[in-house]
Amino acid sequence: MDLDYNIEGGDFTHAGEASSHLKKILKSLNLDSGLIRRTVVSMYEAEVNVVAHAWSGDIHVNIRPDQIHITITDSGPGIPDLELAMQKGYSTASPAVREMGFGAGMGLPNIKENSDFMDITSKPGSGTIMKIVNQIKR
Amino acid sequence: MKVAELIEKLNLTVFESGENMNRELTGGYASDLLSDVMGKTKPDMVWITLQSHVNIIAVASLKDLAAIIIVHGQVPPSEVIEKACAEGITLLGTESDTFLTAAKVYQCLFSDGTGTR
Repeated sequence: MDLDYNIEGGDFTHAGEASSHLKKILKSLNLDSGLIRRTVVSMYEAEVNVVAHAWSGDIHVNIRPDQIHITITDSGPGIPDLELAMQKGYSTASPAVREMGFGAGMGLPNIKENSDFMDITSKPGSGTIMKIVNQIKR
Repeated sequence: MKVAELIEKLNLTVFESGENMNRELTGGYASDLLSDVMGKTKPDMVWITLQSHVNIIAVASLKDLAAIIIVHGQVPPSEVIEKACAEGITLLGTESDTFLTAAKVYQCLFSDGTGTR
């Protein structure tokens, strides 16, 4: 099964709607509730990253019998130093974003903890591609 | 303790009753950082926060939290209450601050002092 979502940069009002929709789909497939939570936490954090940092983005979800693949591609400034970005507490979010309780430097570590596989490809000036894979254990 | 019992004990304001006030609470979490809540909470916890914007509803929904308590007597905007209604989230409020609210919730849930999260 394939699902596609568009995300608008800066649109915090609708942030999380793609993740909420995915949760409903995964629930309808009767998948394990722990797997569903881990998957939607990962996707939510990735979604918020696009809203907070990029101009726009696309999410493609591919649900296979044994795995859930999520690919988030954004048009944004890119991440100059991935190692630094992965550190807990490091953030480049604006003060306005931080006031809402985002941008505490916990998003990427949360994705790592809630996914079985995570990969980021990014070049400053040409956006970021993030891949997340979670295993479906039956 | 059920959500409905906590509401009565702490005299909480009900902005939106959500889909199930009979959920049995497993614990509580107090934080205003959304990623902290995303990372650390467990299902059926009550979340205490001073954030009152629309994104708290998505967090509570994705993490299967039992309820949100907004502190300092803040009234969430109507679109937040509407979103809570649409997502079936129980949205509550108190005049009290985070520290006192967390203490009272702890007392209600773990009055024998053996509570763990």
